[in-house]
Amino acid sequence: MCLAVPAIIKEIDGDKAIVELEGVRLEISIIFTPEAKVGDYVIVHAGYSIDIMEEKEAEETIALLEEIT
Amino acid sequence: MKNLKYNDTQLSKELLSEIKEISLSLGDVTIMEFCGTHTHSIFRYGIRDILPKNITMLSGPGCPVCVTDNRDIDYFLALAEMPNTIIATFGDMIKVPGSSKSLQDIKAEGKDIRIVYSCMSALEIAEQNPKKNVIFLGVGFETTAPTVAGAIIEAKKRGMDNFFVYSMHKLTPPAMKSILELGEVKLNGILGPGHVSTVIGSDAWIFLPEGYKIPIAIAGFEIIDILLGIKALLRMIKDNTPAVVNTYIRTVKPKGNKLAQDVMYEVFEVTDSYWRGLGRLPESGLKIRDKYEDFDAKKKFLVNTSEISENRFCKCGEVIRGVISPLECPLFKDVCNPSNPIGPCMVSSEGTCNAYYLYGARL
Repeated sequence: MCLAVPAIIKEIDGDKAIVELEGVRLEISIIFTPEAKVGDYVIVHAGYSIDIMEEKEAEETIALLEEIT
Repeated sequence: MKNLKYNDTQLSKELLSEIKEISLSLGDVTIMEFCGTHTHSIFRYGIRDILPKNITMLSGPGCPVCVTDNRDIDYFLALAEMPNTIIATFGDMIKVPGSSKSLQDIKAEGKDIRIVYSCMSALEIAEQNPKKNVIFLGVGFETTAPTVAGAIIEAKKRGMDNFFVYSMHKLTPPAMKSILELGEVKLNGILGPGHVSTVIGSDAWIFLPEGYKIPIAIAGFEIIDILLGIKALLRMIKDNTPAVVNTYIRTVKPKGNKLAQDVMYEVFEVTDSYWRGLGRLPESGLKIRDKYEDFDAKKKFLVNTSEISENRFCKCGEVIRGVISPLECPLFKDVCNPSNPIGPCMVSSEGTCNAYYLYGARL
């Protein structure tokens, strides 16, 4: 039930956004990530974005991986 | 896609060989993965089979549907039988058996039960059906509760009078504490829930190393994420340096998502809650605050439920606590399976019994 997936924001209208995930478009609420912009990857759970996956953090994870492995 | 890297075969192999190397200097180690989504990922990637023999993964209570108590299930089933009512629910709840039937049975009898992906969809159903009462079944941990709270705030803003929530929301740290306090299973480390921690933050788990001297690694759900989490745990176990390690930094921050927490606590307040398998846990659930009581199905609709009965052979409670494996349940597979689930652990797509059945787990 805590399943959440990363999706890219395609359009924003107020506190609503259209995200796309593997070709599927979905309307979500962005009230928990009001700073989200078109083109951002957000983590979507039950119709809401619960976090913005910033490029920097994704890179940090990759760096962490490379450092640890 | 950004996630591609987290499925990299070469990286997986390297991580696995490091895990093997660390485990050589360890005795038997038991790690509990709290979250049901982790349980399913671990099976899907075959991680149990490739880990060294002295490393055991144990499934925990992190399946909201599974830990929902029968008294709540019977209550919402009675709500579903009321005239002029539409029940809106996440799909996992449909087949969960109460004392005598399930939502699916009630739907077959002609009642209006609808599966929704988001609580906001329940709000839309209520707007489209102004003469009916729409009750959303609020089940889920800290990941989900803010989304339901958001919908309640929206309903208040729109002045709706036919939208209600039956809150069964639960908090994860009290359940983890309860498992450790019970002491039935000896745990050396905890694989912490990813998306719960996105909301509550990695700092919410500091009580584990500080109070219980047990390490926790918060992990994502891809194979690399999980192996990285296990490796971080083994290293802490080996060095005897229990701490909170966050290996899911691409979405988990130390303080979590403050806005989501604020919305959750604007609408809900902490209360005692009954958990299947764990009983009544203090300050482990969320109830709707008086300020939003017009949307509280518990206050609005008082229904009678008969005495709770459960199949006495169903071991869902023990499975939730990690005391037994589903394979030790006498009902597993032949009597209880996804087509004919006896307990919620077989129903839910996050349930441990469901994972064991789906992936053909063997002893």
